[in-house]
Amino acid sequence: MSYKFEIENLNAWFGSKHVLRDISMKIREKAVTAIIGPSGCGKTTLIRCINRMHEIGPNARVSGKVLFNGIDIYAADVDPVQIRRKMGMVFQKPNPFPMMSIYDNVAAGLKLNGMRNREKLDTVVERSLKMAILWDEVKDDLNKSGASLSGGQQQRLCIARALAVEPEVMLMDEPASALDPIATAKLEVLIRMLAKDYTVVIVTHNMQQAARAADFTAFLYLGELIEYGPTKALFENPENELTEKYITGQFG
Amino acid sequence: MDHYTVRKIIDRSMRIFAYLALIVALIPLFSIIGEVFLKGVSSVNINFFTQPSPTVGEAGGGVANAIQGTLITVGLASLIGVPLGLISGIFLSEYSEAKISSPIRFFNDVLSGFPSIVVGIFGYALIVRAIGFSVTAAAFALAIIMLPIVTRTTEEAMKLVPATVREAAIALGVPRWRTIVTVVLSGAKKGVATGILLAVARIAGESAPILVTMGYWRWWFAGLNQPVASLTLNIYIFAISPFENWQVLAWGSALVLVMLILGINIIVRAATREKYK
Repeated sequence: MSYKFEIENLNAWFGSKHVLRDISMKIREKAVTAIIGPSGCGKTTLIRCINRMHEIGPNARVSGKVLFNGIDIYAADVDPVQIRRKMGMVFQKPNPFPMMSIYDNVAAGLKLNGMRNREKLDTVVERSLKMAILWDEVKDDLNKSGASLSGGQQQRLCIARALAVEPEVMLMDEPASALDPIATAKLEVLIRMLAKDYTVVIVTHNMQQAARAADFTAFLYLGELIEYGPTKALFENPENELTEKYITGQFG
Repeated sequence: MDHYTVRKIIDRSMRIFAYLALIVALIPLFSIIGEVFLKGVSSVNINFFTQPSPTVGEAGGGVANAIQGTLITVGLASLIGVPLGLISGIFLSEYSEAKISSPIRFFNDVLSGFPSIVVGIFGYALIVRAIGFSVTAAAFALAIIMLPIVTRTTEEAMKLVPATVREAAIALGVPRWRTIVTVVLSGAKKGVATGILLAVARIAGESAPILVTMGYWRWWFAGLNQPVASLTLNIYIFAISPFENWQVLAWGSALVLVMLILGINIIVRAATREKYK
């Protein structure tokens, strides 16, 4: 197995607040890597540094390197828009485009970047919805509003939207936090399926979810990477005392 | 009486009070529309829409020239004011981190509070003294009156689009300008259209700035450096005239103006109706 990302000495700030401290980690290709930790530990910031979304916030700053396929995405000549096109992102709250139909939501990434070929779009929309395990539920309602779907369906719609641009990576920021247990279970099945073709990074505050879905798990605390390794080892045999306290529910 | 009964009584009386307040507030609106309709409708016939204003002693006549003039003036003003207001509103909403945003917002608010006659005098000083009383000068003054309304409502409407929707587009690798134009503006189009409509309705009814930039005029459109007639000054001149047929035409003009504004409202409502229920 090879590495998709190599993060080296990554630091991130919001104004004077230092939210990530000297993070260095390597993320495997075609595997699920979970980032866990208590609220405010910087896990969302870390995932947003991977596709350069952190910097769109006010007073946000980053230092260090994130090598993506061996290339530093923070190098001066790298266009963040091109980087983001290679990585799909799914957010905490499902955020389909409210003025668009289900079809247009999935096609949005291609359409907004100038794709007009209807046949190609049809193919992509169907394939993406099938991959997101949503096709059977919406195939007769493609012209309905994306906002008319249930929360779990909306989140899968957002996943289909991210998949439609054929990314190499799926970044998921607590994708199940607004979902009920049944929708969450469906989502975890989907995450495992995606890992066959994609590199998946998932932020979660749900340790069981990390244990079920992730191949590797990283534990973050107060902006620092405390422990990182195969999920099984981290949960069954944590090396660090803090990790052990966190996964046994003594804080967080 | 127990607490529940007291609460129910208070709830009911507050509700009755709210309905009463609503009725009182609507009385002026409907009495104006009713009065204008009853008095104005008698003057409406085919001549009314096809003939220009009558001269003294002339029977009949219409307000066709004033309808034409008002449409041209408002159209021209919108051509200047709407794009400028839209762009300013987009800037204030989407680039609020820019240092210049806060002073622009402040001066925009000040501008929206300016008396329209002052804006008219400004138009007089800048345009009338250069090219004379003209529809161009009037449109310029009206555009300045539109500008802060369009700017403010565009900004407010675009800020209502959730940040998560913007993030979704940016994360898809859509450039910022394209995110703004397609995703944010399309999400805000109802509010933006309402703002433009408000501004158009506001300037369609303006009379003071027109008075000092082009004055009363009874003829047809004759070029951008000439004045045109207007419904508002028609109302003013005809209503205070001693001739009965002119007074009737004043009511007719008022009716057309009210219908115009009502019509714009209805069209915009229909055009921006939610696609999805």
